[in-house]
Amino acid sequence: MSILQNFTLGQFVPSDSFVHRLDPRSKFLFLLVYAVVVFLSNQIWLYAVFTAILIFSLRLSKLSLAYIFRGLKPVWFLLVFTIILQLFLTKGGEVYVQWGWFSIEEDGVRQAFFIAMRLGLIVVMSSLLTLTTSPMDLTDGIEKMLGPFKKIGLPVHELALMLSIAIRFIPTLLEETDKIMKAQMSRGANFESGGMISRAKAMIAIVIPLFVSAFRRAEDLALAMEARGYRGDVGRTKLRQLAFSYRDGLVIVFMILMVVAVGVWRV
Amino acid sequence: MKDQEQTIEAKQVAFQYESEDGSSTPVLQNVSFSIKKGSFVSIIGHNGSGKSTIAKLINALLVPSEGAIIVSGFSTSEQEYLWEIRQQVGMVFQNPDNQIVGTIVEDDVAFGLENLGIEREEMRKRIDESLAAVKMSAYLKSQPQRLSGGQKQRVAIAGILAMRPSIIILDEATAMLDPQGRKEVMQLVHQLHLEEGFTIVNITHFPEETLGSDRIIVMEQGKIYADGTPSEVYADVEGLLAIGLDVPFAVRLHHFLQQHGFSLSTVLDQEELVDELCKSLLKT
Ligand SMILES: Nc1ncnc2c1ncn2[C@@H]1O[C@H](COP(=O)(O)OP(=O)(O)OP(=O)(O)O)[C@@H](O)[C@H]1O
Ligand SMILES: [Mg+2]
Repeated sequence: MSILQNFTLGQFVPSDSFVHRLDPRSKFLFLLVYAVVVFLSNQIWLYAVFTAILIFSLRLSKLSLAYIFRGLKPVWFLLVFTIILQLFLTKGGEVYVQWGWFSIEEDGVRQAFFIAMRLGLIVVMSSLLTLTTSPMDLTDGIEKMLGPFKKIGLPVHELALMLSIAIRFIPTLLEETDKIMKAQMSRGANFESGGMISRAKAMIAIVIPLFVSAFRRAEDLALAMEARGYRGDVGRTKLRQLAFSYRDGLVIVFMILMVVAVGVWRV
Repeated sequence: MKDQEQTIEAKQVAFQYESEDGSSTPVLQNVSFSIKKGSFVSIIGHNGSGKSTIAKLINALLVPSEGAIIVSGFSTSEQEYLWEIRQQVGMVFQNPDNQIVGTIVEDDVAFGLENLGIEREEMRKRIDESLAAVKMSAYLKSQPQRLSGGQKQRVAIAGILAMRPSIIILDEATAMLDPQGRKEVMQLVHQLHLEEGFTIVNITHFPEETLGSDRIIVMEQGKIYADGTPSEVYADVEGLLAIGLDVPFAVRLHHFLQQHGFSLSTVLDQEELVDELCKSLLKT
């Protein structure tokens, strides 16, 4: 089947779980705060707590673990690479293994553990956000949260619209990439074997037609939007509205407790 | 009389695209026509003959270089009427994928309404009504890539209907559809014309699609080549074929038969032709 079939990173799974029904803004805020405290922590047992929080959130989201981890495939490589780097390059403390100039030392193990935990926890938590929030809610949340920056001239509405159009066109462009790839393969292009250079050349044969068509689509879309009376943010209303509920209250309270606890025990 | 009102008037319109080096080639020259409220007009013509340019001029996406276009009493050259005109004139484009803005159907139908600044309650109501009108209510929450081409075009039409226009322009809206999708869309358009009284301008490459219209405008190299009812326009088969245009199958066959000495009265579609042939057979 298609090479792009297993593209699940950031794909929304509709459901009515507790996490799904949270306001995107509280999910964003929670993710942000979680990421910060996870990064600042330096106690092994705190990571046990963060892992527990993550597992609890996953349970609340009713998503299947297999699905989540399948979406993380592209990240594994990065994770393993960073762990190895830390393991061998950080020196200090007790020496565990020594082969010539090559050694694994106490600080390296410690650092590798922290990095792995930090990256792992944050990546899974972020994918929880994108898996449980529809793209529209995601962009609406971003638009609302960045709202105050309009005053200093940040084109918030335009950014949010750009984002939602990008989301709208990702499947279209993926489908098109697939079509172009097949067309090029039927002409003898080879994307799977050959040296770096011949593969790069094969990629160019995909990227160029894809760009040409993307520009064409952008032009068409701009025209269609104008024809439907689009004139930027002036006098515009919105169909979608975000609303906080008691669930968001719970999340915020929990978040504050988490910050206080980490603040107290870290020192 | 109200129904005699002209809703679109083009007065000696000329248009050219300005290119970057300052030179410009005329795309339209001395184009004049007026379209009655509630009529169904087809525009045919060769590639590059200026059909899409006319559509864009009517919706004030472009402004005439010379002459004027008046839509529902507003001149498109006057900036202050721009939004009224865009609300009055809905446009459906050729590529179904490239005109859907929303990530799901409901959002897309809402797009025009959001631009108009309509209240939420009213938006909800209009979205439901217009999706029902195009028989797409079941797809309210669907993602566009899950729809067929014909369904996408119907969603695009719903997005326009929700804005309550009086004129709908289809710029080769069926060109990228399969026969089934084409039929769906054309049926819908005829129904909107007959039952809701919309003024329809259908730009097309399919001669068969023009048969149901009140009037056909034939464009040739930026000028109007012919303008009249289907039977008037298709009476000039040779002229149309000479400028490289296709005519409906029945018209071509009828023309061929006449050239070979059969005398038949003018027909447009296949059923009429069959009737005519039977009649002439009975006579002999
Ligand atoms: N943005 C543009 N800039 C410059 N020239 C253009 C532009 N768009 C169209 N033209 C030119 O204007 C002429 C008329 O184009 P138009 O799109 O109106 O033709 P058309 O009748 O719709 O053709 P088709 O059947 O291919 O859609 C063509 O010669 C075309 O090359
Ligand atoms: Mg055209």
